[in-house]
Amino acid sequence: MQVRSQVSMVFHLDKCIGCHTCSIACKNVWTDRKGAEYMWWNNVETKPGTGYPTRWEDQEKYQGGWQSNGNGKLDIKSTSKTRIVPNIFHNPHMPSLDDYYEPWTYDYQNLFTAREGADQPTAEPISMIDGEKIDVQAGPNWDDDLGGSPIYAENDPNLEGLTEQQRLQLSSVERLVFFYLPRICNHCLNPCCVASCPSGALYKRGEDGIVLIDQKKCRAWRSCVAACPYKKTYFNWFTGKSEKCILCFPRLETGQAPACFHSCVGRIRYLGVLLYDAERIEEIARLPDDELVEGHREMILDPHDPEVIDAAKRSGISDGVIESAQNSPVYRFVKEWKIALPPHIEYRTLPMLFYVPPMSPVQATKPEDTISHSSENLFHDIDESRVPMKFFANLFGAGHEGVVRYALAKQKAVRWHRRAETVGDVDRELADRMLREANCTTEEADEIYKLTALCTFEERFVIPPMHREQAIEMMKEPHEHREETGFGFVGGPRRGM
Amino acid sequence: MNATPLDTFLFIALPYVSLFTFLLMTIYRYRQQSFSYSSLSSQFLENKQHFWAVVPFHYGILAVTVGHIIALCIPRGILLWNSHPLRLFILEISALACGLLTLIGLVAIIVRRMTTTKIRRVTTITDWILFFMLLVQIAGGVGIAIFHPWGSSWFASNLTPYLWSVFRLNPDISYMAAMPALVKGHIVLAFLIIGFFPFTRLVHLLVIPNPYLWRKPQVVRWYGRKKP
Repeated sequence: MQVRSQVSMVFHLDKCIGCHTCSIACKNVWTDRKGAEYMWWNNVETKPGTGYPTRWEDQEKYQGGWQSNGNGKLDIKSTSKTRIVPNIFHNPHMPSLDDYYEPWTYDYQNLFTAREGADQPTAEPISMIDGEKIDVQAGPNWDDDLGGSPIYAENDPNLEGLTEQQRLQLSSVERLVFFYLPRICNHCLNPCCVASCPSGALYKRGEDGIVLIDQKKCRAWRSCVAACPYKKTYFNWFTGKSEKCILCFPRLETGQAPACFHSCVGRIRYLGVLLYDAERIEEIARLPDDELVEGHREMILDPHDPEVIDAAKRSGISDGVIESAQNSPVYRFVKEWKIALPPHIEYRTLPMLFYVPPMSPVQATKPEDTISHSSENLFHDIDESRVPMKFFANLFGAGHEGVVRYALAKQKAVRWHRRAETVGDVDRELADRMLREANCTTEEADEIYKLTALCTFEERFVIPPMHREQAIEMMKEPHEHREETGFGFVGGPRRGM
Repeated sequence: MNATPLDTFLFIALPYVSLFTFLLMTIYRYRQQSFSYSSLSSQFLENKQHFWAVVPFHYGILAVTVGHIIALCIPRGILLWNSHPLRLFILEISALACGLLTLIGLVAIIVRRMTTTKIRRVTTITDWILFFMLLVQIAGGVGIAIFHPWGSSWFASNLTPYLWSVFRLNPDISYMAAMPALVKGHIVLAFLIIGFFPFTRLVHLLVIPNPYLWRKPQVVRWYGRKKP
């Protein structure tokens, strides 16, 4: 057992209101620069929808993630080791600016300098890349709230395998339904971007698992952009370097939550340490689709288990980090309660950002236009919810409905249990039966309720001590180190020499 | 050996100035401005013409460069190969084909850069100077292949000794006097490009990602320790 710690995340989709505050916080801190205008390290998508970049989940087109190469090993789908050599000059699966959108501003100067004329001068949109006038066809969140749209929602790759009726049910007028999917880098355990980089510029930090791009080693070979199946590495067209979400590591190192987490209005975000067995990464990544979610969960170790604690200490994980792992809200959602699921684990990168699937409105009408309540199946509204289970399964269960139904059923049971407790209009016996059927105890239900509805800042973000200072101390005299480190780059990053 | 002052400047002074600049500046730039070492790819801004321009150019120039290096390293081998006319023809024709491929690729690259406004915005003056130099150099090389045939043989017998004499710090330009103007120009421009190299995007070819094929897929960096 080789124990490693990973700063992991849970997004509780049932609480997401789609306000985009996270995106703006991130944009203002990190990507409000030339070359990065089009980048949204954090973005919020409407699902069903095509997302950003357009149809990023369509791996027929983008060829992201891993695939089995036939003899039990995994290969990068876009450019495996043998394919990178002939394809290094032109990456065959690289998305281009058109797959995202062309950033633009407005020609405000024209309001002041326009010649006198019969009409009011206008500020026309101009491209932020070449300054030419553009006809805006796409932009950030262009498909925001457009559930039911034949251009966006109906082209969601997750609709694959849904019946015609299920598709109709998602988009029929006055009954259409959608939810939000906030996305950042998943800081995967088996990151495709890292494995694909010809320069070895991408790396995973050993202590906390944050995936970063060494800006001084990146040579613009562009492999990571094509390899990441979540399309969360971006190419800066101005500096000629790839960039990605850094999980606000400068904030984490000083004990603050990342900007997108800190600013989350719906309080949907949780952050905490997970301990995992690094020796099993390859084995788990190769599991068949239907065992991936379980296998991934199995890899995560119990931080209360004395054996795990011993092994963690042997691997050099400090007591502070182990203690932090024991208080991790992510551990509870993912491993104890099993209601948070990894997105598209079939890409086999083993993402460390988990989603609690959202409850969706009950399907109010049946084919015969009568509302029926079946007391036999207490979870009928989950099985027949307006967002078909298959859709969630494609997103969070590698196409398999079992894990998703489990997560949704437990959430529903918790709601009924709390209703029986606080309002009292639900029969206690019925609530207990639901809890039993959802594999949940009353204590657990109360815990889930507490961490979902009443969570404080400190409960949501359990940030491990990063111990960077001690690490420096081991290497050299801290005062000497202080004199040698500056702010990294002197002067802004430029293009070329 | 009675070299004119001009020949002395072009074939003795210039090569050393260029080679020295190349060595000093590439190392200096790598150490001081490693961020600037990038291929500065423009594929992200324009993805279609890119293939038809960049791929032929790179494959062509790689083949041509390797050819030049082989003639420099094993001149006897080349001469031996060329001793049979058929083999000489094959070598000459494939060299010309590679040269043409490079030329076509470079022209496509320049046209793409000139016609796509987005890419024109990320093209610097240095880039344009470099493209002009490369265009003249490659067109000149193709011209030599056409107008002064059997270059693979006379390169190996006459130019290789000159180049080695430069590398051995004992320059002997007696071979150069008899060279046609086109060939002389090709050599002078080659040294100019070498001298200009460290200031351009060409530095990306010094950081060709060779360790990739041997390294483990996943890279983990620990703060303060070498291995996990």
